[in-house]
Amino acid sequence: MVFLKKAAVLGLVLATAACTNPDRFGAGGADAGASGAAGAGANTGVVSPASDPTSPVYFSQTIGDRVLFAVDTSTLTPAGQQTLIGQAQWLNQNTDYQAIVEGHADEQGTREYNIALGNRRANAVREFLVSQGVNSTRLRVISYGKERPIEVCASEACYSQNRRAVTVIAAGGLS
Amino acid sequence: MTKLWTLLLAVVIGGGIATASMAQDGPLRLTITDGVIEPLPFAAPQFQAENPEATQVAADISRLVAQDLAGTGLFREIPSDAFISQVSTFAQPVAYPDWRAINAQALITGAVAVSGDSLTVKFRLYDVFSGTELGGGLQFAGTVPGWRRMGHKVADAVYSRITGEGGYFDSRVVFVSESGPKDNRAKRLAIMDYDGANVQFLTDSAAIVLAPRFSPTGDRVLYTSYESGFPRINVLDVASVGRRQLSTAEGEMAFSPRFSRDGREVVYSLANGGNTDLYRTDLTTGGHTRLTSAPSIETAPSFSPDGSQIVFESDRSGTPQIYIMSANGGEARRVSFGEGRYGTPVWSPRGDLIAFTKQNAGRFHIGVMRTDGSEERLLTASPLDEGPSWSPNGRVIMFTRETLGATGTSSLYSVDVSGRNLKAVAVNGGASDPSWGPLQP
Repeated sequence: MVFLKKAAVLGLVLATAACTNPDRFGAGGADAGASGAAGAGANTGVVSPASDPTSPVYFSQTIGDRVLFAVDTSTLTPAGQQTLIGQAQWLNQNTDYQAIVEGHADEQGTREYNIALGNRRANAVREFLVSQGVNSTRLRVISYGKERPIEVCASEACYSQNRRAVTVIAAGGLS
Repeated sequence: MTKLWTLLLAVVIGGGIATASMAQDGPLRLTITDGVIEPLPFAAPQFQAENPEATQVAADISRLVAQDLAGTGLFREIPSDAFISQVSTFAQPVAYPDWRAINAQALITGAVAVSGDSLTVKFRLYDVFSGTELGGGLQFAGTVPGWRRMGHKVADAVYSRITGEGGYFDSRVVFVSESGPKDNRAKRLAIMDYDGANVQFLTDSAAIVLAPRFSPTGDRVLYTSYESGFPRINVLDVASVGRRQLSTAEGEMAFSPRFSRDGREVVYSLANGGNTDLYRTDLTTGGHTRLTSAPSIETAPSFSPDGSQIVFESDRSGTPQIYIMSANGGEARRVSFGEGRYGTPVWSPRGDLIAFTKQNAGRFHIGVMRTDGSEERLLTASPLDEGPSWSPNGRVIMFTRETLGATGTSSLYSVDVSGRNLKAVAVNGGASDPSWGPLQP
């Protein structure tokens, strides 16, 4: 539990730095991810879901739903691994939920290559979560390549936030 | 003539600057030599309206023919206020001295008749300096609403007679129409004439669609769609706009499809467990063939014109580079060795060149190289150019240019294979991922 708190604090720092547009997938994201998030929010029934450690909102905001990558790599950083340990613990405690891991790339690459690179990143996250005891059948991967940047400036400050893998919690089974 | 052009094109590829000039002591033709470009001057007096109903469309068609030809950068239109002679009937003998006096090397005359919804266009092409007609008169029949196609057909015939090459004006482009902010961009498939006219949408923007690819005959389009929630390849029938998901080999994601030259097979990327490899699916039998089995990313495949080879992008060496292998898979040879990263290779319909996207020192380029990787030539430079597509005759490349930052938008551009005549294609709104279809029948 002590370890979880440490991971959670770290996750919070990451989330604060990166999560400026949490609704970005509402319109164009995977159907399962979007509807899952909405359903989970409706089901919690508490005033402040962020303070409920079993809520997907807690997962995304307190633990941290994303990890970042260096240019052209899918290697998990130590900070990323800490976030994912927290994600795995949450998933292992809240077994009713499934997750879709979304891989993303910055715009410095061709469309096709970035889709493949995003798939690599999403799979790096999935493999790590599985290594932490999460059942692989609860995880699906998708890559958006460079199609859904979260930051839109043309500099490394933005590119570094776009090179990410986001774990989106979905209620119920994965289609 | 084709042989001559090929030979001269080789000179251009060799690093010279293209020059189009006419051999004035021989038959009318476009030659390319080193030096400064000198477009071939032509006169296109307004086509005759053979009946009053044809007046407007005759004017429109003659303007379009002139635009098509001048738009290549290889021809220059002589404005009508310089004309000494007027052409009052299609059958009238040509007053060659009057056209020589204003240095018109080619003269195009035409006549248009309208009957209800039907349209007939006749034209003749004259070699002014040798005082002869070049080829016989030709007649095209179509519909009044389809008048642009008639104009493009006349321009294609003129282009073809003077250069000895196939034209590219009566062709269409399928592309992705874009709207909305950069972090939530709406994308839908659209089709248009090569010059940006007659845009029609093929899908709605409910799901992300990417990188459409025309079939060799232009009847179908392959594209990547997120309609199912995950990237999958769809096949769309252009005439009916009906679409279905392609049954691929099993994988997390299927993307980057392209037809074989006979239209019977599809080659594409399939991602599984973080690894992306190339596969081929036979549309008739539904059989799948795995073409690569490397732990690296293999994507953006494109068949050679004879169907025997596939050029593709792979990062097996550590950075994305261009490779060629047999269409049945197996050993691949690397062909890109310059500085930077290479992607999206596309084999020219002529077979001689590979167009590609290159990233180097923070810039993107569209370039061409020979199929052995030699004689690389960069045709463009900008913060983000990508995704080349060849004109049906292998003379022009259309691609996506994107401006960066929060207000960045995508546009379509075209550039001559010599690197000249870079220009935006006139499309309303954002546009990306062009795929240039064949000449229409």
